[in-house]
Amino acid sequence: MNWDVVTRNLPYLLEGTVMTIAVSLAGILVGQVLGAFICVGRISGGRVGETLGAVYVSFFRGVPLLIQLLLIYYMLPLVGIDVPPLVAAVGALGLASSAYVSEIYRGSLLAIPHGHGEAALALGFSEGSIWRRILLPQAFRLSVPALVNELILLLKASSLISVVGVAELTRVSQSVASSTYRPLEAYMAAGAIYLIINGALALLGVLVERRLARS
Amino acid sequence: MTDVTASPIAGSSPEDRPMITISHLSKSFGETQVLKDINLTVHKSEVVCLIGPSGSGKSTLLRCLNFLESYEAGEVRMEGRLVGYTEGFPRRKMKNRELRALRREVGMVFQHFNLWPHMTAMENVREALVQVKGLPLEEATAKAEAMLTRVGLADRMHAHPSRLSGGQQQRVAIARVVAMEPHVILFDEPTSALDPELVGEVLQVMKDLAADGMTMVVVTHEMGFAANVADRVAFLDGGHIVEDGPPRQVFHESSEPRVRQFLQTYHERNSF
Repeated sequence: MNWDVVTRNLPYLLEGTVMTIAVSLAGILVGQVLGAFICVGRISGGRVGETLGAVYVSFFRGVPLLIQLLLIYYMLPLVGIDVPPLVAAVGALGLASSAYVSEIYRGSLLAIPHGHGEAALALGFSEGSIWRRILLPQAFRLSVPALVNELILLLKASSLISVVGVAELTRVSQSVASSTYRPLEAYMAAGAIYLIINGALALLGVLVERRLARS
Repeated sequence: MTDVTASPIAGSSPEDRPMITISHLSKSFGETQVLKDINLTVHKSEVVCLIGPSGSGKSTLLRCLNFLESYEAGEVRMEGRLVGYTEGFPRRKMKNRELRALRREVGMVFQHFNLWPHMTAMENVREALVQVKGLPLEEATAKAEAMLTRVGLADRMHAHPSRLSGGQQQRVAIARVVAMEPHVILFDEPTSALDPELVGEVLQVMKDLAADGMTMVVVTHEMGFAANVADRVAFLDGGHIVEDGPPRQVFHESSEPRVRQFLQTYHERNSF
């Protein structure tokens, strides 16, 4: 083992790490917002909303992320839309994530006993305050463990965007490996960095859960 | 069908106007008719118990009174106001805002308490005072604390529901309803989900409310409560009110075989 390779290339690897985190954060943001809309559409959009939501979810859950990414990257230019790699990457991660996130939200909402809303209704609450004060706070608490899981999956899935040329951690470690002929050291370094980021995410999740349990 | 669209309150002052008037009420779930031509009047400060075998329609009847269940035929009036529909024919569903105003005056206590688990006992009671009545937070807090003290939970105010016994949870639920100063409280089997040794504390709170003059409609299997506290008992079977009268009459003088048979099973179960 020649760890010198890693220390010498650490600045590049860290640059790649920053890109990985940035793209993942952007993907998460897109995924959370879209996911919330899709969830609401499926629950309260009537039969049309339910069907559209179900089709959306089964498409983005059913097609591998790599294929989605390549489709966005190569297909949109055919209809005259030029997609920068970064946009394709964030878009693909966000769309795929939104399908899972919407299901997490939906599951959490369905897990709340019907009586909680009914008690509020009987007291004269408006539909809006029932969502704001009773359903969403509970759904959020219930969804934290699954959301943390989804964030970790998304961060790992971000390694796939190396194929469209975004210089994130996986891509950088590949180039370090090929320029130094030391693949093992380069990939072990990348693996360790992924592990550290995801460990931090899991820890954050535990802290949030504990905080919510206390309040 | 009799004339149900005419105003029922002509010539009566608000004082002697019935609190609840149910006339020719019918309700179906799909093909199954669960309420058949129900007629019942509840006056101010009366305690009326609805008893009967399970599936007889007691809970459905109760849930029609605040329109948690809609009904197809007949009418329910709360202090003269038609519940759930606009006056006139063909009738249309009431506006949401009007329905909310009506529900504000009709409290409901559920079998499974339905407290909100992410709030403390005090916050459960305070929430509707702020969200529905629009009280300032401080005033609502003071009122919530007073209500919980009244049901004997002064020392458990800041506990979450998961830390409370079933009896305590149901008392919080009652405090949550009473704090809104409703004109009527509906109880849907309030003690059926409780361990036997916790039933007494909830019934005591209900007795106190009755003594204070609260109008109450109670679906219950607690025959002792019905016999001792109720002003009137209505026995339902198969969606009909089979017997309706003072407890003594229903429990001891009824000639209706279904009533006698139902009460017989209770006597057998409770004599050991």
